[in-house]
Amino acid sequence: MTAYFIQAFIYLCAAVIAVPLAKRFGLGSVLGYLMAGVVIGPIIGLVGSETNTLQHFAEFGVVMMLFLVGLELEPRMLWDMRNKLIGLGGLQIGLTTAIITAAGIYFGLSWSIALTVGLIFALSSTAIVLQTFNEKALSKTEGGKNAFSVLLFQDIAVIPMLALIPLLALPELVEQAQAAVGQAAQQHEELSLVAGLPGWAYGIVVMLAIAAVVVGGHYLSRPLFRYVASSGLREIFTATALMLVIGIAALMSLVGLSPALGTFLAGVVLANSEFRHELESNIEPFKGLLLGLFFITVGAGIDFGVLASNVGPVLGITAGVMLVKALVLFLLALIFRIKNSDRWLFALSLAQAGEFGFVLLSYTVQNHVIPTDLAQMLSLVVALSMFLTPGLFIFFDKVIVPRFEHFENDREADEITENGTVIIAGIGRFGQMVNRFLRANKIDTVVLDHQISQVENLKKINVKSFYGDATQPDLLHTAGIEDATMLVIAIDNNERAVELTKYVKHTYPKVKVFARAFDRGHHFELKHAGADFIISETYHSALELGKEALISLGVHPFKAEQKKATLRELELCYKDSLFESWKKKTEDSKYSAHFRELFIELETAIAKAMKSDHFDEQARVERGWTPPPKDYEKRMNRDE
Amino acid sequence: MSEDKKKILVLFAHPSQERSEVNKPLFTACQQHGDVTAIDLYREYPTFHIDIDKEQQRLIEHDVIIFLFPLYWYSTPAILKQWQDLVLEYGFAYGANGHALQGKTFLCAVTAGGSEAAYQKEGYNHFSIRELLHPLEQTASLTGMIYLAPFVLFSARSAVEEDRVNAHIESLRHLLTALANDTLDVETASSLPVLNTNLSNLFNA
Repeated sequence: MTAYFIQAFIYLCAAVIAVPLAKRFGLGSVLGYLMAGVVIGPIIGLVGSETNTLQHFAEFGVVMMLFLVGLELEPRMLWDMRNKLIGLGGLQIGLTTAIITAAGIYFGLSWSIALTVGLIFALSSTAIVLQTFNEKALSKTEGGKNAFSVLLFQDIAVIPMLALIPLLALPELVEQAQAAVGQAAQQHEELSLVAGLPGWAYGIVVMLAIAAVVVGGHYLSRPLFRYVASSGLREIFTATALMLVIGIAALMSLVGLSPALGTFLAGVVLANSEFRHELESNIEPFKGLLLGLFFITVGAGIDFGVLASNVGPVLGITAGVMLVKALVLFLLALIFRIKNSDRWLFALSLAQAGEFGFVLLSYTVQNHVIPTDLAQMLSLVVALSMFLTPGLFIFFDKVIVPRFEHFENDREADEITENGTVIIAGIGRFGQMVNRFLRANKIDTVVLDHQISQVENLKKINVKSFYGDATQPDLLHTAGIEDATMLVIAIDNNERAVELTKYVKHTYPKVKVFARAFDRGHHFELKHAGADFIISETYHSALELGKEALISLGVHPFKAEQKKATLRELELCYKDSLFESWKKKTEDSKYSAHFRELFIELETAIAKAMKSDHFDEQARVERGWTPPPKDYEKRMNRDE
Repeated sequence: MSEDKKKILVLFAHPSQERSEVNKPLFTACQQHGDVTAIDLYREYPTFHIDIDKEQQRLIEHDVIIFLFPLYWYSTPAILKQWQDLVLEYGFAYGANGHALQGKTFLCAVTAGGSEAAYQKEGYNHFSIRELLHPLEQTASLTGMIYLAPFVLFSARSAVEEDRVNAHIESLRHLLTALANDTLDVETASSLPVLNTNLSNLFNA
């Protein structure tokens, strides 16, 4: 046990030190983990033989990642992007794979190895590129959007690659492996449902398993999640999410399919579910840690002996691969009319190999497609190309952008058409109306509520909403708070509304917070917490009812409307001073329960103000359309 | 130098700006002019609850008052009328001690759908723009302001297609500058039927 603790501590320690450092230098977290691995593995030698075992465990992070990739793929969004996805993404992978395969064969690799290498190098690094886009605010540029389509297509293309690669297994490597296994004399037999089945039966079992995932995901997941959600225990929901992913992975392994494929499918099936964001926020941390662990083990596994004896080839291959990728991308940018600096951004940003390369490499070694020493060398190429990516971005910033700057300034400023997303927390009576109004005006909304019954009711009337506790940072993150323009807070728990306001205004100052207040005290608390706009939930409806009452008591409707406006104006006049005195009071007083007293005081102040106005000669309420005095013509003549 | 410049207040009234082809760019030109305070009344008072004190204060602080609007039924859009009804109070704009606007300059910058020919005795509108705006001219008179002939764009609905907007905006810019620098021949400017004809002749060197 002690040994495990020490090892776990070493791994975590390395990650904690290396990853923030790498991020600070713009290298991205993937490279941070790799460097951590290199340091604790080959350089210091703190870890060694167990990395291989760990790596198998850590590969589960990849399975989770594909589940999350699947969750993000709403069928409708995919359909909208189909031209770019298939055109840009498909051509990028096809052309790059073809050229690299051809080069591989030219340099004497067998075709199956060359093809595998081609596929591996065709992929780019989603993690590094998207993170850099976010940091440099390039996501919304033409180049950024097109790069995103390509990355998305690559993520999807990993699935067929995982299916294809085992078919390319080299007979002699398989024999070697079998011999090795034979020597080890049945260490343990892999559990399998399909061992020894005839081909047709195997086919049926596989189809059944996939059908189970799709049908089960579609019909059984909802009642299951609803049952769990009604318990209100967050950790049980986490357990359910893990159970789902692990269960599917187990099922797929049992029938001899790739677990990644199964969870990816399940993700796609659940992409339209109201539980999507909650699932994402639950799985995300596990995925992050396991993937991190995976990259550490890759780093720890790097053999510097191989590097030392192959410096020339490794550098050569890296340069070659990046050049080929950039050229293919540049060509595609020309074909798809991506212009100016965007063309360069598109070509440069995706010129590296990606983290999926490591995944596929370890997969190919397991499946005896590529000999281990070659895989080692290719790992180095992948890592090196990723290390060079920040350099390419710097090149883009310093050389490309200035060249196009004057050109692009000539264009007239675009009118802002992108409104961004509004996240609505709490979808009771209040949030619903806000949502309906915004949606009717074509504003994108993401609706969150932690009451599953509420979410289901909305589903019935076709409102897109998600289950989850909006006060959890994780959920806000998966709901896209970073890119949202606004958060509308309409949740019933007053304290949590204030906490949420504080958190969002502190962490994402750019996001506007529009909040509903329960009463005046809550109003002030929200204002104190930094909310940009606050409305008291009963204020306008109460005023409206009061106005209607006046009308039915014989006041002229127009007059009643004016009186209402006057009261509102008065409130506005006193609002700031009331807030200031509230702040002073709460800071001084030890008991926040004194609010009620305080507000009675404030109400009296307003009433007094209203009254005193009545005695003014030009009473505030009476202002407007005041006729001149009866004898005004006489007075005017006197004036002259 | 800027101390003795005249301060200009533009009150802009257009209730459906997303459809505006001429008034909106005119308003933008006003906003960009350094000596102009440009107010979009429909933006400031979407519910028509005009803040009387604030508006009166604005009038006091400026030397030239301009109404910028499309002609609606031979008059201003509703909010400008509301503004007049509420802001030009007895005791402020007219009547005993109502001298706040004395000596200021007043101008209407108008766009009209009909052609110049339509706004004539023989045309289908029968009256000239200047005649139709007599209520405003008289308001200026009662409040002691100098009334300039209206600055008009006729046939405004086809101005974009006929490429007349930019020239009109340019004229307005020159007019604003002349007003701010007090280099406008006010006497002639108040006697014309419209301000546009030979506008540049009205600028003193």
